[in-house]
Amino acid sequence: MSTTFWIIIAGAVATYFTRIGGHLILSRFNTIHPRVEAGLNAVPAAVLTTLVAPAVLTAGPAEWVALAVTALASLRGGLMTMFLAGVAALILCRQFVS
Amino acid sequence: MALDAVSEGSPASEFWNGARLSIPVVVAAGPFAMLFGALAMDNGFSVFEAVLMSAAIFGGASQMVGIELFGHHVAPWLIVLSIFAVNFRHVLYSAAIGRHLAHWPRMQQVAGYFLLTDPQYAIAESRALSGRKVGFVWYMGGALSVYVSWVFLTLLGALFGRLIPDTTAIGMDFLLPIYFLGLVMEFRKRPLWLPVVAVSAVASIVAYRIVGSPWHVTLGALAGILLAVILPPHHSGVGERP
Repeated sequence: MSTTFWIIIAGAVATYFTRIGGHLILSRFNTIHPRVEAGLNAVPAAVLTTLVAPAVLTAGPAEWVALAVTALASLRGGLMTMFLAGVAALILCRQFVS
Repeated sequence: MALDAVSEGSPASEFWNGARLSIPVVVAAGPFAMLFGALAMDNGFSVFEAVLMSAAIFGGASQMVGIELFGHHVAPWLIVLSIFAVNFRHVLYSAAIGRHLAHWPRMQQVAGYFLLTDPQYAIAESRALSGRKVGFVWYMGGALSVYVSWVFLTLLGALFGRLIPDTTAIGMDFLLPIYFLGLVMEFRKRPLWLPVVAVSAVASIVAYRIVGSPWHVTLGALAGILLAVILPPHHSGVGERP
């Protein structure tokens, strides 16, 4: 098997470790300290935000409008509504900007 | 609709409930799977290797980084380390979601964690937040739809990559940030949501400028989590008020 094959396999093992590792470490403890639980509750907002924030910084007006519309749509609808509203705004804005 | 006729909670309807939630992910991530397939060919991968990477790693950003480094003839161990670094955030997902998957049989957990991606974590956490059980069949409905389309579209991209048109005009390049913002908004009713989002946003942007990608993800996330840990737990809705 080629070097590429082994790079992929090693990368897959490393990735699987990140996906099951947090659970394996945490499951060694019988009780979860309130502060740890508070930290775990913050995980979704904290991590997902970092996937958006730098993109906001490097984007332009059309993208900013799209994100604003996405956020506004969240007041009325679920995830699918937000997504479709944001994408529609993006496509529309890009016809005029750029 | 015929699906609605299936009684609530039957395995088939659970599966489709999960799959339906993944439609935006399939749409948003699909172009990236094809792009990955095409770029992998450009960087000297065979079709088999491109598809294997999608099937075995199943993590878009880390795969892109992997083939990019491969194209620059970087040492193999460094490529593996970079893939690990990009995927490191999953440790946090894994620690957080473990509470809701603990009732599954062991082999189901082994499979479930293999498919634990950003959106999969988010829909599972969101379901747990709404008080419903995170069942194995429901989870797999969401995870497998994304997995199968990811691997299949990688194959299409590898085979027909040259035919992909410029997708910028229809907004393909910015679908994922929109989708991720939608996920962030899903959690807005959780205690301490706004402070955590603000701290993570600022910290990730600073880290992005100073340390660079992909570390801004882990550093930015840790800053927001640290805030929740430092503040008295009742701010996070945990434990009793003093």
